[in-house]
Amino acid sequence: MLIYILRRIASAVSVVIVTLVASFGLFFVAPTDPAGTICGPRCTPERYADISASLNLDEPVVQQVGEYLKGLAVGRTYHSGGLAVECDAPCLGYSYTLGQPVTKLIGQALPITVSIVLGGAVVYLIAGILGGIIAARRRGTYLDRLMVGTSLGINAVPYFVVALLVSLYATFLPHAGYHPLLENPLTWATGLLAAWLTLGLANSASYTRYARASMIETLGEDYIRTARAKGISERRVVYRHGLRAAITPIATIFGLDLAFQLTGAIFTEAMFGLPGLGVLTLRAFNQYDLPVLMGGVLVGSVVLVVMNLLVDILYTILDPRVRLG
Amino acid sequence: MTEPQLLTTPDRRPETVFRARRDSAERVAGQSYLEVTDLTVTFPTADGLVQAVQGLSYSLPLGRTLAVVGESGSGKSVSSMAIMGLHDPRSTRMTGSITVGGEEIVGMPPAELRKRRGANAAMIFQDPQSSLHPYFTIGDQIIEAYRAHHRVSKRVARDRAVDMLGRVGIPNPRRRLDDYPHQFSGGMRQRAMIAMALVNDPKLLIADEPTTALDVTVQAQILDLIMELQQDFGSAVLFITHDLGVVAEIADDVLVMYGGRGVEYGRAESILGRPLHPYTWGLLESIPAVSGEPARLHPIPGTPPSLLALPSGCSFHPRCEFAGRAPGCAVDLPELVSRTADTTRASRCHLADPAGIFETDILPRLP
Repeated sequence: MLIYILRRIASAVSVVIVTLVASFGLFFVAPTDPAGTICGPRCTPERYADISASLNLDEPVVQQVGEYLKGLAVGRTYHSGGLAVECDAPCLGYSYTLGQPVTKLIGQALPITVSIVLGGAVVYLIAGILGGIIAARRRGTYLDRLMVGTSLGINAVPYFVVALLVSLYATFLPHAGYHPLLENPLTWATGLLAAWLTLGLANSASYTRYARASMIETLGEDYIRTARAKGISERRVVYRHGLRAAITPIATIFGLDLAFQLTGAIFTEAMFGLPGLGVLTLRAFNQYDLPVLMGGVLVGSVVLVVMNLLVDILYTILDPRVRLG
Repeated sequence: MTEPQLLTTPDRRPETVFRARRDSAERVAGQSYLEVTDLTVTFPTADGLVQAVQGLSYSLPLGRTLAVVGESGSGKSVSSMAIMGLHDPRSTRMTGSITVGGEEIVGMPPAELRKRRGANAAMIFQDPQSSLHPYFTIGDQIIEAYRAHHRVSKRVARDRAVDMLGRVGIPNPRRRLDDYPHQFSGGMRQRAMIAMALVNDPKLLIADEPTTALDVTVQAQILDLIMELQQDFGSAVLFITHDLGVVAEIADDVLVMYGGRGVEYGRAESILGRPLHPYTWGLLESIPAVSGEPARLHPIPGTPPSLLALPSGCSFHPRCEFAGRAPGCAVDLPELVSRTADTTRASRCHLADPAGIFETDILPRLP
């Protein structure tokens, strides 16, 4: 078990390193002209040279990667127009357009995205799984058809329309805004409520159908008949014996969904004015802020790899056959 | 007084407990514990009414084993699920009567059914691999079954589960209790299923093809175990199978089912030795001979009838070799009644002299 996890961590680390080098190549080494783009149409040769030097573009590629990795490990110093800026480890670079270290920018944005996504996940997991169980137990009835139909309807509407409708019409919800959890949990929660409900509503539609399908399959298993034959209550049959087995495939989908959302819930963040990772990366993309883009890619790949690892570890907890086999 | 120490100190040796149980079992033997009368089970579907069981009647006293024999779709499993009250009332129509220990099961409210399920009657299933929950330990599952009907602490239930696992022949039961089903072999899983079924001391054990999914050597062990435990618990056993070899080994009485109806009923030795229904003959003829000259098998021609549209008259007549020898086979449904001097047996067939046909036509073909 421990060896399995260590092996998975080792492969996860190597995936992150490969992603890092590959995206470095894409952004800095590809035949593009980042310094020229940043410099703009009225560029002087001095300014161009200054920008190139500050992005280390005048150095050999291997040295650039080396400096980046060194910055991650022990920090480095940036020079901008004669000023020296200390960037402490883990240094993800320095954003010249914002005049801030990337680590600090991401450090501000990540908690916002994590708060939105995890809060939304609580909403859609509870609503989706309960809805799925109810639909599965009343399979074929009007209630079941209504739930499946509604879920398909919500999914058919593009997500940003759902977000827009909630932000336009659900005016009774508290005004959206981010307040750090540790300062005041109550304002943290009320400020994020609208975002949670939007993310929750849109995703609970899919999770209702996942849970319904998984539950229908599980309730047809022989061991469910055995459980009924014992004379335990139907609720216990469904929620202990049924849900325990039906939850495993849902956990897989959830892990991947969560990883995807954590790399930036762009629509939700933009619609409710929450400056999360998605908004930060989008701005960096528009302004060709390479260090921030790189930082976003790196954080995103770490999140994906970590979530995959967590799902695999979760599997060994959920299914005893994986644990020992 | 043969065993005076019983009066002074309670003797907890298993043999003594077993002997006491056996005595009580013999006392109550004779009065029937399970009584099925004119049972009909149908499932309305989009394609029409599935007539799974029709006009089924039999009785089973404590201490006896009734084997219900038939092909797939003959209604043997459906009728046993009905005894357990396991059919979903929303999709099942049941008429007639089933009494277990004198209590009517048909029409009983679901909550009442649930209280009796697993306590008065318990069931073991065909495939122990899929019938045990893969995510819970063996112990969890047995303890849950016990606590569903006994208000006891987890510790007491755990001791009971260890005791039961030991009695079904699982070595080192206290340690194996915390194993998951996949850590057990097929035979051990079925032993664990039996332990789970018997944990509440049910008077009726329904075994739905419990040996079909097992190796032949393991089959024999499981059959021995069931017979041994029946002796100890004095329970009635309803044994569902399609294997006549198993029937010969375990059954006191036999009910042969075809197309949802009972077609022949009687003592095991008379049904197996001198069957009077052409379908039973077909079943006997389709057993391959293990010794002697290699000979061709005589399978029953055709396929089991659709339960959506049963043949007119005797359901078996389209597949019956002797349907031409009696009038009315395709028109009239014969009754399941005693047709010989032996009143313990009954068959559902129009043939005037089945015993004679068995003698002249069937017996020479059997190995």
